[in-house]
Amino acid sequence: MITAEQKPLKEIIEYISPYDRILLVGCNECVTVCAAGGRKEVGLLASALNLHSLKQGRTIDIKEITLERQCDPEYVEELVSEIDRADAILSMACGCGVQTIAERYKEKPVFPAVNTKFMGASQSQGIWVERCQGCGDCLLGITGGICPVARCSKHLLNGPCGGTSDGKCEIAPDVDCAWCLIWERLKALGMEKRYEEIMEAKDFRPAGGGGPRKIIREDLSL
Amino acid sequence: MKTQSRLEKVLASGALAVTSEVGPPRGAIPEKVKEKASLIKDHVDAINVTDNQTAMVRMSSWAAGVIIKQMGLDPILQMVTRDRNRLAMQSDIIGAYSMGINTMMCLSGDHVKFGDHPMANGVFDLDSIQLVQAVRKMRDEGKFQGGADIKSPPKMFIGAAANPFADPFELRVMRLAKKIKAGADFIQTQCIFNLDKFEKYMEMVCDRGLDEQVHLLAGITPMKSAGMARYMKNKVPGMDVPDDVIKRMEGVSKEEQPEEGIKIAIESIERLKKVKGVHGFHIMAIEWEEKVPQIVEKAGLFPRPVV
Amino acid sequence: MENFEPEIVAFCCHYCAYTAADMAGSKRIAYPPNVKIIRVPCTGKVDAIHIMKAFEKGADGVYVAGCLEGDCHFKNGNTRAKYRVEQVQKYLTDLGWEKDRVAMINMSAGMGEFFASTALEFTQNIKQLGPSPIKHFNTDGHQTAVS
Repeated sequence: MITAEQKPLKEIIEYISPYDRILLVGCNECVTVCAAGGRKEVGLLASALNLHSLKQGRTIDIKEITLERQCDPEYVEELVSEIDRADAILSMACGCGVQTIAERYKEKPVFPAVNTKFMGASQSQGIWVERCQGCGDCLLGITGGICPVARCSKHLLNGPCGGTSDGKCEIAPDVDCAWCLIWERLKALGMEKRYEEIMEAKDFRPAGGGGPRKIIREDLSL
Repeated sequence: MKTQSRLEKVLASGALAVTSEVGPPRGAIPEKVKEKASLIKDHVDAINVTDNQTAMVRMSSWAAGVIIKQMGLDPILQMVTRDRNRLAMQSDIIGAYSMGINTMMCLSGDHVKFGDHPMANGVFDLDSIQLVQAVRKMRDEGKFQGGADIKSPPKMFIGAAANPFADPFELRVMRLAKKIKAGADFIQTQCIFNLDKFEKYMEMVCDRGLDEQVHLLAGITPMKSAGMARYMKNKVPGMDVPDDVIKRMEGVSKEEQPEEGIKIAIESIERLKKVKGVHGFHIMAIEWEEKVPQIVEKAGLFPRPVV
Repeated sequence: MENFEPEIVAFCCHYCAYTAADMAGSKRIAYPPNVKIIRVPCTGKVDAIHIMKAFEKGADGVYVAGCLEGDCHFKNGNTRAKYRVEQVQKYLTDLGWEKDRVAMINMSAGMGEFFASTALEFTQNIKQLGPSPIKHFNTDGHQTAVS
């Protein structure tokens, strides 16, 4: 999923300070799972913003809505009935959600309330780790199911570098060396020989080097 | 001969090669490059010019390399893939070659986290093995990465690094084999302090016949003090400094420690000369270049062959 | 300000603090009437939003009183409560409020005197801090413009 973290309150407050009526929009998908921008976080942020404005002796009108999915125009359409009563929109979705709203409601300013972080998996409750960089040309089939693009600090396709020690990356003792993991996994699978095959220089076009990426499924488009 | 490289000629002659390195200054101080190169010029066959080492901005390695070339010496252009994409690297290789630099060293480079620009984006468009491939492709096939022909391709003698001590040990020889397969002509190793382990590594290298496919230069670093030895053991990733080496450094007075460090370096060279597959030495005297001549002479590697 | 009587909300776990409050009552140990007790089945049921809403409604201080650490009737509800209190403390700090307006307190069902002394101590601490920063806005002490 896409992971996110709430922005510092100070930054959020700066964005919305000129406005009296805020439409605070959460999203029921990824940001709900990583507890950054779901219904619950929308409520908490609204409360904090209320406390802030009351302290300053003013009231703001915060309307809380959590959409099923903010990155889909169909769901973003649901804001139509609320939009006229808002001076600004504060979105707690990932960057995709923020932009979907901005594109639909061009006359209202939209501000992000979270920083979108990475595509990650849940390691344990409350801990999310980066697992994919969306390079558009998945290598997991030849790297034992461990991604060197996302998990090696240097994105080396022919690792490990000389900086690994005890299976850890040189950048921090709590970061696993992706290539040590790959090697262990290849060994366990009896695929050691694969290690000596040189992985050729990566074509970065599918990774975004060719400009903004797009998927067109003609069988699905109307 | 694949190239005009003096290092290639020395190695081909069967003599033990000697290289050392010059770290470019952090400012527009060409004199500093000349000064450092002058200290070692008669005692080495070629001089590595480091590329933003430890991820700190320095005079570019090719510019410093040109200064050294203009002194009539033989620079080895170090190139890390951390700071440039494949376009920039290929153009720098052509540029360096046009200025007379014919030997280079392909590295991935220290992570930016360790330098003074931790906020910079590490490029790593290629890794070190892919850079070796790219340089060989330019030389042997006369082609750019994009497939187009190069008019008058650069002919570089290609080096790569090996760390016999990093984990996992069992991968180290396989990784060396990969670099050779990619096109490395010579290898410079990480500093060797654990000679027993290195000898074991070299046995494995020879068992696979890799010693006949590549020239391996053993990395030697004289230690200035017991403190430096401890630091390298504990703080430098992938460095193996055995306790008896630290004890030996601690066993003499602080004033005598530099001399002891040099003695250890010379003894190491003497011992490694006999190891099958070792074709030379790469002496990394960190901010201590003035000691290189003494080490080379006392280790019986002087004078350098004329090729 | 000398006459300031803070309004304090105490979320009390049914299995410990609430019983302790009961015991304080039956033993006739007095504790400040400022403390309004809300009984919860477990402090793990208290979410950050409940604490925030209490402040929004005009509370000057809020504390969560749960079982002694390791003694939660539902295993780790009190530990969760502790983290949520810390979360609210961070929010308050970011908003320029005193973080000590919210606290986590642990006790057992038998600690009636401790309940009373804690209530007194917390009330005094909040008196020291003065009224909630939004109090000036709450003309009647309860209502804010928040719907």
